[in-house]
Amino acid sequence: MNLKLSSSPHIRGKDNTRRIMLDVIIALMPTLIVGTFVFTIRVLIITILSVGAAVLGEFAFSKITKRSNRIGDLSAVVTGLLLALTLPATVPYYIPVIGALFAVIVVKGIGGGIGQNTFNPALGARAFLLLFFPVWLVRYTEPFGRLPLGNIPAEDIITTATPLHHMQMPALPDITLLDMFIGRTPGCVGEVSAIAILIGGAYLVWRKVITLRIPLAYLGSVAIVSLVFSKGDSPLMWMAYSLLSGGLMLGAVFMATDYSSSPVEKNAQLVYGALCGVLTVAFRYFGIFPEGVTYAILIMNAASVLLDRIFIRRIYGKSGSKEVSQK
Amino acid sequence: MKKSLFFGGVHPAPKKELCDPTIIRLNAPERVYIPLRQHKGAECKALVKIGDAVLMGQKIGDGEGMCVPVHASVSGTVEDICERLSPDGGKVLSIVIKNDGKDESVPATPISAEGDISIEELANAVREAGIVGMGGSAFPTEVKISGAQDKIDTLIANGCECEPYIMADDVLLRTDAERFLKGFDLLKRVLKASRAVVAIEDNKPEAINAVKAELPKFEGIEVAVMPTRYPQGSEKQLIQAVTGREVPSGGLPVDAGCAVFNVATVTAIANAVFEGRPLFERVVSITGEGVSKPANYLVRVGTSFEELINASGGLKEDVVKVIAGGPMMGISQSELTVPVVKGTNCVLCLTSKACEEVTDPTCIRCGKCLEVCPIRLEPLNLYLYTGERNGDMMRALNIMDCIECGSCAYVCPGKLMLVERFREGKRLLKEGAV
Repeated sequence: MNLKLSSSPHIRGKDNTRRIMLDVIIALMPTLIVGTFVFTIRVLIITILSVGAAVLGEFAFSKITKRSNRIGDLSAVVTGLLLALTLPATVPYYIPVIGALFAVIVVKGIGGGIGQNTFNPALGARAFLLLFFPVWLVRYTEPFGRLPLGNIPAEDIITTATPLHHMQMPALPDITLLDMFIGRTPGCVGEVSAIAILIGGAYLVWRKVITLRIPLAYLGSVAIVSLVFSKGDSPLMWMAYSLLSGGLMLGAVFMATDYSSSPVEKNAQLVYGALCGVLTVAFRYFGIFPEGVTYAILIMNAASVLLDRIFIRRIYGKSGSKEVSQK
Repeated sequence: MKKSLFFGGVHPAPKKELCDPTIIRLNAPERVYIPLRQHKGAECKALVKIGDAVLMGQKIGDGEGMCVPVHASVSGTVEDICERLSPDGGKVLSIVIKNDGKDESVPATPISAEGDISIEELANAVREAGIVGMGGSAFPTEVKISGAQDKIDTLIANGCECEPYIMADDVLLRTDAERFLKGFDLLKRVLKASRAVVAIEDNKPEAINAVKAELPKFEGIEVAVMPTRYPQGSEKQLIQAVTGREVPSGGLPVDAGCAVFNVATVTAIANAVFEGRPLFERVVSITGEGVSKPANYLVRVGTSFEELINASGGLKEDVVKVIAGGPMMGISQSELTVPVVKGTNCVLCLTSKACEEVTDPTCIRCGKCLEVCPIRLEPLNLYLYTGERNGDMMRALNIMDCIECGSCAYVCPGKLMLVERFREGKRLLKEGAV
């Protein structure tokens, strides 16, 4: 009789990392489908390249650093997918490849690997691309326009002002709220359709992969700040456009909720989300780019551990939680 | 679904339906092995020598300090006194008795028919009967009773049995709720509790009804039906769920004005006081997918696990673990020669299907462990800092408050061995190593 000895508990729940990542991938499908519909098959090619580079990059990094190979947990697929969705459809095909490699090797791998990286890999890579290839990351085309399958020379792209460009003026965009809600608007491939993102978000909440805390705090704070500091004739309209434009929805649902780079304490999550919102509006109002979601979330990523320490819960049987020094 | 009344917790599949809900009296085995320490505290000294004849119920080991005596569970001859593996892990000096098959008992001397005794008399009777916490903690019951004097207003009988698979307390209540209630009524009167609550989880309707049916015979005892959730049966969590109070960190239930006794312990107290019968047999669930006929047996203390397993039709081929206790907090065994002790409520036989092999555990910081921790710790960060042997952060994040319930490890999608690491961390802190 060969009996196994091990520490309790002897039974485990069904959840596993792979299943969670698969859920995120499933949740991103509506966004990917709408993105492809709006911005042609180029979107699929960009996505495949980004995902492929992320998986291969992670595999290579694990081999080189002699860490265990974890591509089976699908987290690299999620990173590749998220990065692709933050790019305009007009980018040359080397952009997603470079970005995905940077995401999995520098931000995630050197950052400590899954669960340990301080910054969201996809957003870290996007910030990197924005610095090195600014031309390519701000060229937006009309929805449902024709795009060639091959690389497009920069001068051939007829760039269009996104709703956020209008709002930077400041002026309300000439696109209807309904169009922005369903995705009939210029922008990055994964950010145009609020409804697709919300469907994915609802799926993640239903599957208990994420809670509503961070997305609601984020969107709520953008709503309040843009309402109070409205630049439009109608503060309510200004608020509605602020919520539906740019990468806010994608950021609030899929980026700010990233496990590794966000706080774990409930109250810390609320504050984190709220501050993401404040920073986003601040970047939009005062920054050189019309959008600020990427940098807002990255800055808050750096603050998550600190927020967790500040908002640590009172534990059972202690009147006030003891002060905890920083990591 | 009713709201859980304590922080966090998980809801594993109950698997209680595996066992037949009756108590089968198991014939005493040919030999019993009585460890001289079956409780939290000091080991007993043997009161008998090899070759001595002993009677059933005879005290065969006792000692000073926090020590609970042990009794012979059969009549016969002391065959050996040697170190043997105990189900708590590690070796304990044990008395081996060869059963003469006569079950000749020491004359029973009831303490009191009415139960109008003082707290000192009760504590002494409970000690002499060798009673310890039978829900698995094996804490000396005498210490609990003495410590409760003038300090408690609420008495709680713990019939939650929140661990999956185990049915021992459930069947005990179904079978003899009156005996249990007599014991509980006695405790209530002696400890002068103004409130006496029998807490049972709502997935045990038969036990609840059995207790309720007997309730009119007793005064001032209430039944609290708790929404099923693990670890409701943990003392601290049960106190919170029943009274809303919290046991102060590092404190005892009396510091929250409560005393909690497992229902089997209460029944053992009734046996000791009203019948003068010491604790030498108990109900044990032998269950799990790995055993042919899961059942609940009334077993003599000292019966080997092997004996129990054979009575249940033997192990199935794909058994990988035999556990003393439940799947969440039980201790896995290397040998089936270990005996049932006073704190053994379950012998659980798990197959590879029930306990999967974990490879390459990884924290993804999903935070699910925070949601389920009934103490509201940060398991993921404790895991990290304990791995780094960062004593300051381990203390700051209150590792010593961890009750090792395993809820965090249960939900962890990265399959971290959290509890194992926390035990190691606590040991390091106690030793002053970090």
